[in-house]
Amino acid sequence: MKPSTAGWVFAAPALSVIGVFFAVPVLAALALSLTDFDIYSLAHIENLRFVAFDNYLNLLRNPLFWSALGNTLYFVAVGVPLSIAVSLGAALLLHSRLAWFKPLFRTAFFAPVVTTVVAVAVIWRYLLHTRYGLINWGLAQLGIDPVDWLGDPDWAMPAIILFAVWKNFGYNMIIFLAGLQAIPEDLYEAARIDGASPARQFRHITLPILGPVLLMVSILTLAGYFQLFAEPYVITQGGPLQSTVSVLYLMYEEGFKWWNLGNASAVAFLLFVLMTATTSALMWIARRKGVE
Amino acid sequence: MNDAGMPAWLARAIVNGLLIALAALSVAPLLWMLAVSLMQPGEASAFPPPLLPASPTLHNYAELFSRMGMGRYLLNSFLISTLVTAIAVLLNTLAGYAFAKLAFAGRERVFRLLLAALVIPAQVSMMPLFLMLKQMGLINSYAGAVVPGMAGIFGIFLVRQYARSIPDELLEAPRIDGAGEWRIFFQIVLPVLRPILVTLAIFSFLGAWNDFMWPLIVLSDDSLQTLPVALASLSREHVQDNEMMMAGSVVTVVPVLLLFLALQRYYLQGLLVGSVKG
Repeated sequence: MKPSTAGWVFAAPALSVIGVFFAVPVLAALALSLTDFDIYSLAHIENLRFVAFDNYLNLLRNPLFWSALGNTLYFVAVGVPLSIAVSLGAALLLHSRLAWFKPLFRTAFFAPVVTTVVAVAVIWRYLLHTRYGLINWGLAQLGIDPVDWLGDPDWAMPAIILFAVWKNFGYNMIIFLAGLQAIPEDLYEAARIDGASPARQFRHITLPILGPVLLMVSILTLAGYFQLFAEPYVITQGGPLQSTVSVLYLMYEEGFKWWNLGNASAVAFLLFVLMTATTSALMWIARRKGVE
Repeated sequence: MNDAGMPAWLARAIVNGLLIALAALSVAPLLWMLAVSLMQPGEASAFPPPLLPASPTLHNYAELFSRMGMGRYLLNSFLISTLVTAIAVLLNTLAGYAFAKLAFAGRERVFRLLLAALVIPAQVSMMPLFLMLKQMGLINSYAGAVVPGMAGIFGIFLVRQYARSIPDELLEAPRIDGAGEWRIFFQIVLPVLRPILVTLAIFSFLGAWNDFMWPLIVLSDDSLQTLPVALASLSREHVQDNEMMMAGSVVTVVPVLLLFLALQRYYLQGLLVGSVKG
C-alpha cells in the first residue's frame, strides 16, 4: 500500500462516521426544516408535506420562540462577560508571583468543569432552595431577605447564570493562564522601571498581548453558552413562567416532546444562524480593533 | 513597599486570601454534596442547613442501588463511555495521523472542510439523526448512544497537531526497509503518539460520560439510561429526597473527578493543544 493510498484508508473510517452521522444529518435538517414532519409523518411518511418557509415564519410569529430567544440572549449577554471576567481574575491571581500552592488552587478551580452538569445542577437546585438552601442562609447572615431564586421569574435566570459561571470558569482560566505565561517578563520589568502602576501594566501590556486569546475564549464561550439546555432542564424545567426556556430547550420540547421535528429543525437552524452571526460580528469588531 | 504602594505581606495576604476564597467557592458545593449524601433521610431539610451529617450513613447509597437501579445506570454509563472511547481513539488517531503525515489527494481541502464544520452545533443534526437511527432500528440501544461519538473533528485535530512533530525519517526508514503502512502505524506511530492518546481517551470518556442531551433523546427505555439521564428523571420524581439525590450526584460525579485528578496533566495539555495553538 502506497502512503497516499494509506492516507485515504486511514482517514476513511473517521470521515465516514462524521459524514454519515453528522454531515448528512445536518444537510437533512435543512430539508426537514422545510417540511411539516410531525407525529403523523413519523407513523406514515406519506403524511409528510413540503411547507417551504412556513416553519420559520410560524416561529417568528410564536411568542414562546421570542421569549426563548430573549432568555438565551440574556443568559449569553450576562453570562459570557461574567464568566470571562471571573476566569481572567482567577488566572491573574494564579499567575501572580505572590501566590502559594498554585497547582492545588488550579485543580480546585478546575474541578467543577469536569463534573457532570446534571449532577451538579441537582446540588445547586438544593443550594438555591428558598427555605433551606445554603445560599439564602448565607444571605440571611448578611441581613438580606431570602430570595425565591427558582420560583421568581426575575431571579431564575440570574440563578442559572451563577451556576453556569461556577461550573465553567475554570476552563477559560487554564487558557488565560497559558496566555499569561507566554508574556515576556521583561516587558513588565521595563514598565516598572518607568513607574507604571500594576493597573496600567495590565491595561497596556497584559490586555493587548492577551487580545487574541481573549477573542478565541470569547468565541468558544459564546458558542457554548448559546447551547444552554441541561441547566434549565434540571434546575427549573423552563419555569417559572417560562422564564428559563432557552432556544435549545424549545427545540427539545418541539422535537422530542411534541414530535414536531420539522419545526424543531427550524429552531436549530435559527440558533445556528444566530451563533454564526454573533461570532462573525465579534471577529469583525476584533479585526477592526487590530486583534488578529 | 512594592509598586502598588502597599507592603509586600499585605499584597501576599490579599492574593492568597482571594485564591482561598475562590477555591472554597469552587469546591464547597462538591464537598457539601458528599456530606449530605451521608445524612439520614430528611436531615438536610432543615434551616440552617446542616453542614455535616449527625450520624453518617450509607443508607442513601443502599437505597439508590437496591430500589432505584443505580447499578444498572452506572453499568450503562460505563459501557457506553468505554465503547465510545475505544472506538473514537482508534478512528481519530488513524485519521489524525493520516492528515498529519500521509500525503493523499484532497487532504488539505477535506481538512479545511472539517475545520469549517466545527462551528455547526451538534444539535442541528439531532432530528434527522434520530429519524435515521430509527430507520436502522438503533433507537433505544447502546449502539444508538455510541454511533455519533465514534469519531470527532476535535479528536482528529488533536492527534494531527501532535503527530506533525513526528520526524519524517522515522517513517521513511522502515518504508525503505519494506515495512507496510499498517505495521509502521502500529509499531512506530502509536508508541510515539501515546501521550496524546491518553489525552484523547480522557476527553472522549469525559465527554461521553457527561453527555446529556443525546442520551436523553435516544435512550427512552428505563433500563438503558445513562447516569445523567436517570439522575435527571429521578430528581424530578424525588424532589424532596435531597439526601438520596446527593448520593446519586456523588455516584455520577466521582468517577470523572477521579479520572481527572489522576490524569490532569494530560487533560490540561490537551485543552491547550485544542485551543491556544488552534
